[in-house]
Amino acid sequence: MFEEKQPAVSMEKMVWMYEQMVKIRYYEDQMAEVYMEGKTPVFNIGAGTVPGEMHLATGQEPAAVGICVHLTKDDTVTAPHRPHHHAIAKGVDLKKMTAEIFGKETGLGKGKGGHMHLFDPEVKFSCGGIVGAGIPHAVGAAMTSKMKGKDWVAVAFIGEGAANAGAFHESLNLAAVWNLPLIVVVEDNSYGISVPKKSSTSVESNDLRASAYGIAGAYVKDNDPIAMYKVAEEAVSRARNGQGPTIIEIETYRFLGHFQGDPELYRDQTEVPGLRQMDPLLKLRKMLAESESINETDLETMEKRAKQEVDEAYQFARDSSYPDPESALKDVFSS
Amino acid sequence: METAKKRVLTGNKAMAEAISQEMERDPNVFVLGEDIGKYGGIFGSTQGLIEKFGPERVLDTPISETAFIGAAIGAAAEGMRPIAELMFVDFFGVCMDQIYNHMAKIPYMSGGNVKLPMVLMTAVGGGYRDAGQHSQTLYATFAHMPGMKVVAPSNPYDLKGMMVSAIRDDNPVVFMFHKSLQGLGWMEQLDAAVDNVPEDSYTVPLNKAKVVREGKDVTIVGIQMMTHYAVEAAERLAQEGIEAEVIDLRSLAPIDKDTIIESVKKTHRLLIVDEDYLSYGMTAEVSAIIAEEAFFEMEAPISRLAIPDVPIPYSGVLEDFVIPGPNKIYEQVKKMMAEA
Repeated sequence: MFEEKQPAVSMEKMVWMYEQMVKIRYYEDQMAEVYMEGKTPVFNIGAGTVPGEMHLATGQEPAAVGICVHLTKDDTVTAPHRPHHHAIAKGVDLKKMTAEIFGKETGLGKGKGGHMHLFDPEVKFSCGGIVGAGIPHAVGAAMTSKMKGKDWVAVAFIGEGAANAGAFHESLNLAAVWNLPLIVVVEDNSYGISVPKKSSTSVESNDLRASAYGIAGAYVKDNDPIAMYKVAEEAVSRARNGQGPTIIEIETYRFLGHFQGDPELYRDQTEVPGLRQMDPLLKLRKMLAESESINETDLETMEKRAKQEVDEAYQFARDSSYPDPESALKDVFSS
Repeated sequence: METAKKRVLTGNKAMAEAISQEMERDPNVFVLGEDIGKYGGIFGSTQGLIEKFGPERVLDTPISETAFIGAAIGAAAEGMRPIAELMFVDFFGVCMDQIYNHMAKIPYMSGGNVKLPMVLMTAVGGGYRDAGQHSQTLYATFAHMPGMKVVAPSNPYDLKGMMVSAIRDDNPVVFMFHKSLQGLGWMEQLDAAVDNVPEDSYTVPLNKAKVVREGKDVTIVGIQMMTHYAVEAAERLAQEGIEAEVIDLRSLAPIDKDTIIESVKKTHRLLIVDEDYLSYGMTAEVSAIIAEEAFFEMEAPISRLAIPDVPIPYSGVLEDFVIPGPNKIYEQVKKMMAEA
């Protein structure tokens, strides 16, 4: 169970987080299905409606919603190769994002980027396929905020595996030295592809590394969106008030493989069913259902609304056209 | 009479067998990289090794390329023979200092007193919709810099033989294997990814191109997937009476000038096909060699096909437009023959 029965989180915020989590979960479930279109009976990663690598975030929703609830359009988010939950929680245009993943001309990058390379400057969101690479970009956004005298913050989402990449150390030291409004959210889903955290990481959790930079660190256990909310609220407030960077590590669950098609031979077959028992989405729903200020009908209405938005995005993507092949030659330089 | 059935392996199994046999032969050989243990390498090139040799010689690393490639350099300087895997060549950005300022230069700067007998193996290539950060070959980026042998075998037989040679070589060897030619179950199934591979250990030189199809009308130089596409195009051209000679370059550095020059002396026409960027690339290098050393043999301008200086796009229609394929090669040769 989450740590408190009656948390100091407004119902409005909790409901927002729940609706986002529903949207993310449904989005990823749909994507898992669409991804298999054209890949049966013989799986071929390069074939189908949505080809290429596909990293889904099913089970990892709390990390994204628990902090994005505190952010505005002016705050920056950088995300890694598994970016859909962050993008949705940050308010990325869902239709354009889906069209991009379908490789269509109406996509965020006109079909040039795909699922790992989504850029929506309207809401200051970006992601990329190189582990740890988004952290320094968030440092740059945080610098901009400081140079312009704004209270904007920058959040870099990474997996726990990225905390062992050089970019993590260099970026956090720099952000600490320059006292920047940076928050690094480490999503610990236990594995860097197949390598378990305990055999790759010298400390129990990466928030402990905050002391190496003289900055704040916080840990969220049990994949708890409410606890994430609170820790993130403090971190965002510190950042907005010029009190420097924070590392937050959240224990989260990867219900699916590293990528769709991952045989997952490196983990016990009972592991995922065990994790599913602790599904944060179901827990939060139960908590809301038990509260007095929201009833079952409200919840269902909200769920329907979230799913409808997702359905419309997928429809938009399907209905859009593929780009003109020669457009591959455009956009290398701005004209 | 040979009665025994010929043994057939996929690219990844041929590589893993080469590494396994060398690890048995030489206790100094070890492997390190991301997901190379239990997972067997994302592209299968270390399959079965951890079961056989244990985690002391098959080391799963954190996502710390500077550290583990740098450590391979340090161990090689001590006389070990490390094989480090950089999962995708595209990830070179995070560790290039170790690769080109150290691995490639220490032997030279030490006046030959320090040897670095190591292999840096890495997956290259696109065609399966993985976009700009996971689909490059970067052949020329590595081949441009002195101090590294750079090879890119195109079939399981060469993958095994050239891996054995790479491990035994006293110099740093960048061993590029093409994802599509590994014969992995989750990628498109290509005939080229399966080949006869003898069980006994053998070597294939790291400095020799190979004529994979003989012809008299035009020479097509390719590498890895482009070699296979060139053969496909050549077969179509043959039906129209055009005999193309296809050369599999196999090795980028050192480059086998003789095989190319000899072929051009016979055909007097040259098309070079590359899965790397066009400008300053392998196609330019081969063109320059011919311009310098066989200019008067040519009866038509040299022709090149490569990625037209754009990052690899995600959407299938865009990716197929930029990566040369059999059709483009066929059309280009037809054009060359018509012009001459």
